[in-house]
Amino acid sequence: MLLLILKRIGLGLITLFIVSLITFVGVEVLPGDACTTYLEREAYGAALDACIKRLGLDIPAYERYLGWASNVVRGDFGYSLSGEMPINEVLGPRVKNSLVLASVSILIGIPLAIILGIITALWRDKLPDIVISTITIFSMTIPEFISATLLILIVAIWLGWLPGIVIIPSDATFYELLSNIILPVVAISMIMTAHMARMVRSSVIQVMASDYVQMAILKGVPYWKMVFRHVLPNALLPAINVVALTIAWLLGGVVVTEVVFNYPGLGRLVIESISNRDLPVVQALAIILASIYVGINLIADLMTLMLNPRLKSLQIRK
Amino acid sequence: MNEIIESVKNLSIGFNSQKGKQISILRNVSTNIKKGETVGIVGESGSGKSTLALAMMGYIKQGLFPLKGECLFKSEDLLKMSSRKLEKIRGRKIAMIPQNAGQALTPNLKIGYQIDEALRLHTDLNKTDRNKKISELLNKVRLPSPETMAFRYPHELSGGQQQRVAVAMALAGKPDLLLLDEPTTGLDVTTQAHVLELLRFIAKDTGTSMIYVSHDLGAIAQVSDRIVVMYAGEIVLEGPARKILKEPIHPYTYGLLKSIPKLSLAGLPASMPGSQPQPGSVNKGCSFYDRCNLATDHCKKNSPELEQIKELDTNVRCFNHKELINQNNNLQTSITKKSNNSEAIEVLKLKDVSISYAKQKFFDQLLNKISDQNPTVKDINIDIKKGETIALVGESGSGKSTILKSIAGLLKTKDGQIKFENDRILSSDLKMRNPNDLRAIQLIFQNPDESLNPNHTVEQILSQPLKLYFNLSGAELKKNIIDLLKKVRLGEFYMSRYPRQLSGGEKQRVAVARAFAAKPDIILCDEVTSALDVSVQAAVLNLLQQLKEDLGTTYVFVSHDLAVVRAISDRVAVLYQGRLCEIGPSQNVYKFPSHPYTEVLLGAVLEPDPDIKPKLVAEDIVEEKPPEKGCPFQGRCPRKIGDICNSEVPPWQIGENGNAIRCHINIEELESLQQ
Repeated sequence: MLLLILKRIGLGLITLFIVSLITFVGVEVLPGDACTTYLEREAYGAALDACIKRLGLDIPAYERYLGWASNVVRGDFGYSLSGEMPINEVLGPRVKNSLVLASVSILIGIPLAIILGIITALWRDKLPDIVISTITIFSMTIPEFISATLLILIVAIWLGWLPGIVIIPSDATFYELLSNIILPVVAISMIMTAHMARMVRSSVIQVMASDYVQMAILKGVPYWKMVFRHVLPNALLPAINVVALTIAWLLGGVVVTEVVFNYPGLGRLVIESISNRDLPVVQALAIILASIYVGINLIADLMTLMLNPRLKSLQIRK
Repeated sequence: MNEIIESVKNLSIGFNSQKGKQISILRNVSTNIKKGETVGIVGESGSGKSTLALAMMGYIKQGLFPLKGECLFKSEDLLKMSSRKLEKIRGRKIAMIPQNAGQALTPNLKIGYQIDEALRLHTDLNKTDRNKKISELLNKVRLPSPETMAFRYPHELSGGQQQRVAVAMALAGKPDLLLLDEPTTGLDVTTQAHVLELLRFIAKDTGTSMIYVSHDLGAIAQVSDRIVVMYAGEIVLEGPARKILKEPIHPYTYGLLKSIPKLSLAGLPASMPGSQPQPGSVNKGCSFYDRCNLATDHCKKNSPELEQIKELDTNVRCFNHKELINQNNNLQTSITKKSNNSEAIEVLKLKDVSISYAKQKFFDQLLNKISDQNPTVKDINIDIKKGETIALVGESGSGKSTILKSIAGLLKTKDGQIKFENDRILSSDLKMRNPNDLRAIQLIFQNPDESLNPNHTVEQILSQPLKLYFNLSGAELKKNIIDLLKKVRLGEFYMSRYPRQLSGGEKQRVAVARAFAAKPDIILCDEVTSALDVSVQAAVLNLLQQLKEDLGTTYVFVSHDLAVVRAISDRVAVLYQGRLCEIGPSQNVYKFPSHPYTEVLLGAVLEPDPDIKPKLVAEDIVEEKPPEKGCPFQGRCPRKIGDICNSEVPPWQIGENGNAIRCHINIEELESLQQ
């Protein structure tokens, strides 16, 4: 088991190494370099020299990669050109904001999705299923920039209950943040919950049709006990990986929603740094997002292994 | 003894068809279960036997609903009972033992928990008493080391062990009535005989009534006091087990019994024509009319009622049952095969063939070999003569299908050679074989549902080999397809059908036709009849034999069913753990002296005769891997003589009548031991 975990972590690290190489090489092969790209028409003379010096573009590429990579490992992502400060300082509040948005959405969205999925499955083709399924399919099909815009129009402009865009100072308290993120959370949850609820529904329906559930009924196990003991553990197991992907997607920044609500998270930072041509920041973001995906998927795989007795003993025997 | 526990009255269960018509799959079924009695419900797939059994627990599958009638348990109708009340009866008064315990045990719960759950629901025992009871139950169903067994997950047990756990779980609530839905189908022969023996013991020991549902008359014969025969949703015959099995007075039961291959009979079983009607297709007349050789015009227009015959204690649904009473001595006959005029030419030789499933290590990959000291299949030497039917027999894991796949070129051999026609070595890699060799060796699979492409019509299925091997097209192609269909006794109109529009037997006929389309020299048959109902199985066996007699094809026939093998094969090879134990002409393999493993297998065969009891000579342990050295059967052998069995591979001994046995015991001594 331990060997397996180590193997998985090793594979994750190799993935990250490859991602770092690709992003680095990608930036290298672009015409020009980080400085000419950023400075555009002002890329000459003293400004260019200063920039080149600042980023160390005057040393060979492989040395630069090694230096950059070892700094990244130590947690130093370099220098942001547009912000004119260390990237870590740019990232700090953005990561915090994204974390807040993601965790609130996860805390609300995932339990809601599971509950809705279970209800629709257990009352399959009855009224609760028809109502909920109609709503979930509806909210699944509306793109988030439309649902977000509609939310702003109705809640913020017509009703005036909540602010339409998020304006938060970087030292905002958690509570201040919370009241600002209600609308983004709703917009995100709508689509995320709908997708997950549909998945949970089909998984529960599949398990409900299995031989062991029929056996449990014929054994005299009361309905709800059967649902919790025999159905849900087996039905939710395959959901873990989907949940993990959703979490990774959320942490990586929900670009569209963040832009619509003007929310200062990682997703918007990606857009901003690309439009500012701030290549060091883009590189840093690529590495961070890749790490999030690799990390969360690793956790999900390990959790599935732990929870599924079949896989567990299979691995041990090997 | 005469107290009635459950009684089913005029029960009909059905569903609504897509056209909104009500179609019944159980029609007017009435029967009584008495205390302490074991009732066998027998019928082919689609006869409604499982639906009836489940209804007797008040359970109706989704999509079905009761149309009329009732299921009275202690004078209360289970079908009208609230689910709260049913929970108190299920598992406590009526318990179920499912068909496939591997799928009926919840995968994420330890088996101790699953038994404990039944105890918590249906007894008042406290925690320590319950734990004691769990060990007791596991002990009762003869599972090894009950204490540690409770902490294992279902997937960690073998099929036989899972079935025993299911039995223990059903016994937890001390039910008055046990419902067994095909409890031994899918188990190996020896395991099946052991589980049946356990069930018989439990019935005697606890006085529980049992309802035993099965398609297998052999299993039913071993356990039942009374037998109910179902056909197309109706009871057609009901009476004491011995009477039903020895003097069946319904033509369907008679035909069914005749279509079962028996160990004591060489030759092929007689088949019944046709197949069971689809639900809703019989409007008037007897549902067996199409297949019955006693049928008259009267049967076509009038539906027979269940008629009670007092002196036989039997109920029968047939107008002409009297005609059968005097025919019963014919039950013990079979169709004799034309003796195979197998010329002495050997078409296929397996020489020292070993096959391994071990993963190639990196170093071996470079050298393109497999280093496995203990391969799944080892040292197989079989010479197959032109025109003969050779059967490979053994339980699951005996390597019989593995060998077949290697001959077909689907699995690479580790060592040894497969030689075809005039000692030409066939590559074990499919891609290296020339097209003519590919044509010459064809394979028929076990399950026609999976081996026929569901999106192709029968015409497309059959045209593929014809186009591929003979480049046929147009009118000639069509003529060939019609000829093929005629050979397997299907009409021309089947050409436009899709596999889903065919019955199981028809599908397997198409699969047979596809194999013969290539005009092959050798056909490999992998359990070709085990997915079929008995009456259909007999028809397919007869078809295969007929085709062989007409065309001189050679069959390599893989099966776990010794009676089927007895019926069709000329020669038999018995395999255990991928090693040959015995090989010889079939009439001799089925006679003593035998290899101890053959003896075990023969002893475990269930015959549809209450007077022939299986002999259980060896434990039904499951061995995961063949032993490193010595005799492959050392772990289970009832006649093991000592250390020599563990250390040395036994020598081949040839008996007087030409069958070879691989055993350390002298062949004459074996014979005297086995008499």
